[in-house]
Amino acid sequence: MTVAASFEIRFTRYLLPDGREAADLPSFASDPRALVPDYRAMVFMRALDAKAVAMQRTGQIGTYASTLGKEAIDAGIGRVLHKEDVLLPSYRESGVLMLRGVSPHRTLLYWGGDERGNVFPESPRDFPFNVPIGTQLPHAAGVAYAMKLRKEPRVALVMCGDGATSKGDFYEAMNAAGVWQLPLVIVAVNNHYAISVPRHMQTKAQTIAQKAIAAGIDCEQVDGNDLIAVRDGVGRAVEKARTGGGPTLVEALTYRLSDHTTADDATRYRSAEEVAQHWKEEPILRLRTWLHAKGAWAQEQEQALAKDAAVHVQKMVQAYLETPPPGPEQMFEHLYASLPKQYIGQVTQLTEEAESHVEHHAG
Amino acid sequence: MSNITLVEGINLALTRAMQDDESVVVLGEDVGLNGGVFRATAGLQQRFGRERVADTPLAEGLIAGMAVGMAAEGLKPVAEIQFAGFAYLAIDQILNHAGRLRHRTQGRLSCPMVLRTPCGAGIHAPEHHSESPEAMFAHIPGIRVVYPSSPAKAYGLLLAAIQDPDPVVFLEPSRLYRRFKEEVVDDGAPLPLDKAFVVREGTDVTFVAWGAMLHEALEAADELAADGLFAEVIDLATLKPIDFDTVLASVKKTGRCVVITEAPRTCSLASEISANISEQALLNLLAPVERVTAFDTVTPMFRLEEKYMPDSARIIAAARKVMEYQ
Ligand SMILES: Cc1ncc(C[n+]2csc(CCOP(=O)(O)OP(=O)(O)O)c2C)c(N)n1
Repeated sequence: MTVAASFEIRFTRYLLPDGREAADLPSFASDPRALVPDYRAMVFMRALDAKAVAMQRTGQIGTYASTLGKEAIDAGIGRVLHKEDVLLPSYRESGVLMLRGVSPHRTLLYWGGDERGNVFPESPRDFPFNVPIGTQLPHAAGVAYAMKLRKEPRVALVMCGDGATSKGDFYEAMNAAGVWQLPLVIVAVNNHYAISVPRHMQTKAQTIAQKAIAAGIDCEQVDGNDLIAVRDGVGRAVEKARTGGGPTLVEALTYRLSDHTTADDATRYRSAEEVAQHWKEEPILRLRTWLHAKGAWAQEQEQALAKDAAVHVQKMVQAYLETPPPGPEQMFEHLYASLPKQYIGQVTQLTEEAESHVEHHAG
Repeated sequence: MSNITLVEGINLALTRAMQDDESVVVLGEDVGLNGGVFRATAGLQQRFGRERVADTPLAEGLIAGMAVGMAAEGLKPVAEIQFAGFAYLAIDQILNHAGRLRHRTQGRLSCPMVLRTPCGAGIHAPEHHSESPEAMFAHIPGIRVVYPSSPAKAYGLLLAAIQDPDPVVFLEPSRLYRRFKEEVVDDGAPLPLDKAFVVREGTDVTFVAWGAMLHEALEAADELAADGLFAEVIDLATLKPIDFDTVLASVKKTGRCVVITEAPRTCSLASEISANISEQALLNLLAPVERVTAFDTVTPMFRLEEKYMPDSARIIAAARKVMEYQ
């Protein structure tokens, strides 16, 4: 018997959970001050996230999927993508969208039950938030195919969770990307849970990254709580895709520090000790400790940043609250390029009902 | 006898079925330790073990497809799809396999499975969580589609669905999961499938509805009664095959009919029911059959869902229209 194939999975980590360096840093991190914008973005993300959870609790938005704990992944990806690239997010990627330039009040609109939450004027080619798990992956293969067909130096980057990697869509997209060597980067955010189902019950595979081996495409693991590792790993994959090197699957290891969504109660299926253990590895403290140690960040700056974040978050809340409520006709707007005349009667009915409703309430 | 909610009725029926029949198994996403996102399977894994109550990897095609295989092998799988919007992913298995297995093998294999899923709008859920796909399922040959409207119906119809020798898609109105309680006797007695229930008698107009819409129809009937107009209200309960005997008997009595569905209008079950009434009771009709439906739009996100779903006002307007017709 001989070995027909063998493989190994690379894992990248530069910063240890306590902020010490684990390896020689990549060149983009040689000046720690260059990472301060990423750090600031991560702090903004967390502040907005906490506000969104609070707004759900007080009924100002609906169910909300928290981003707590994945800030390094979102900031790292946001940093390495180019404007002209295309992001295909799941529902948990509001952090990356913020760095794509999308005003975070869209996130509040989205979870507030308003289609305008998917309007991204600042990043118009990006895909909307995606709830049906894994279905964005084949779209990403299509987007990448279009880029390749037109010989454009652009990249499609699609994000999904560990649960999504159990779906056919995930394998199908990877497989196709391999066949056509598409400019596609798949980032599987392994936060160790799909609602209540732990990672080890999704797959017996030792890593999620290795699922790409069967599709014949490159893959690696990065420490998703280490901003430098995310920027490095995803950055290399993006530039390789851009320059004709084909697709990559990056598995970013992190932990969902929040409930699955505000509708979930994670205490039913995991212990407080387990969560407390993972708080020790969280990405913001890790980066801050390192920046401090390097003399690139001071305590006074931290206080100023907290203030800035609070002000910015308040602005976003204001922008959300000041958005006039959608009129009922929004249901028919953008349903087709131009609404077929067959539906005009329904629009009339809807408008009349809305008017009589108003009268009813006034009278 | 206990006073329970609709979702508790589902839980009670599942518990009862699993207790009475070892071949009943439950599978789906988060159905185990978590007890399902709506708590429909709460406590089942603790009681019946991880093999009979299985948390699956996240894949609806897998869930539906495995249920087909399990059923062919003599188990009685009750598969949960977390929300109806994700049941579209299971349609391949239901359409190409569950509904055809018996016929394709000329009776050699069969598919006694149940696919349960919450559906409908009205709970302020995120995108894709408020769909009404009943007509899509009802279009599939070889299966039954059942849609309970109360805790007792949920209990009895789910037991019937599990016992049925053919595949059943069981749609649960999430809006009613916890809206009201009803006395339910845990006697293991199934309700009949393929049978509609007259839940209120009347003389002037027939309302045909199911699930959450039944309650809008009843509310409309109450309001109309105050004006001296008496609606007969039918809970269709099984949407495929439809008990037209009950519907036609009522329409022949009242001469007028309003059919209500929460789903979009085009090719809805309301259209199917209306067509059958026209074919079989045209000369008894005093007015054309009215359909009260949602609009032919994407199910809107929740800020607009109240304006999307039919309500008692829309039903009353339709009732007045058929009453005034000449
Ligand atoms: C196709 C589909 N099935 C089920 C659901 C319900 N659901 C929402 S999130 C989720 C778990 C997703 O887990 P994962 O992919 O790991 O992403 P995470 O939420 O952890 O970021 C499930 C089952 C869905 N949205 N889409």
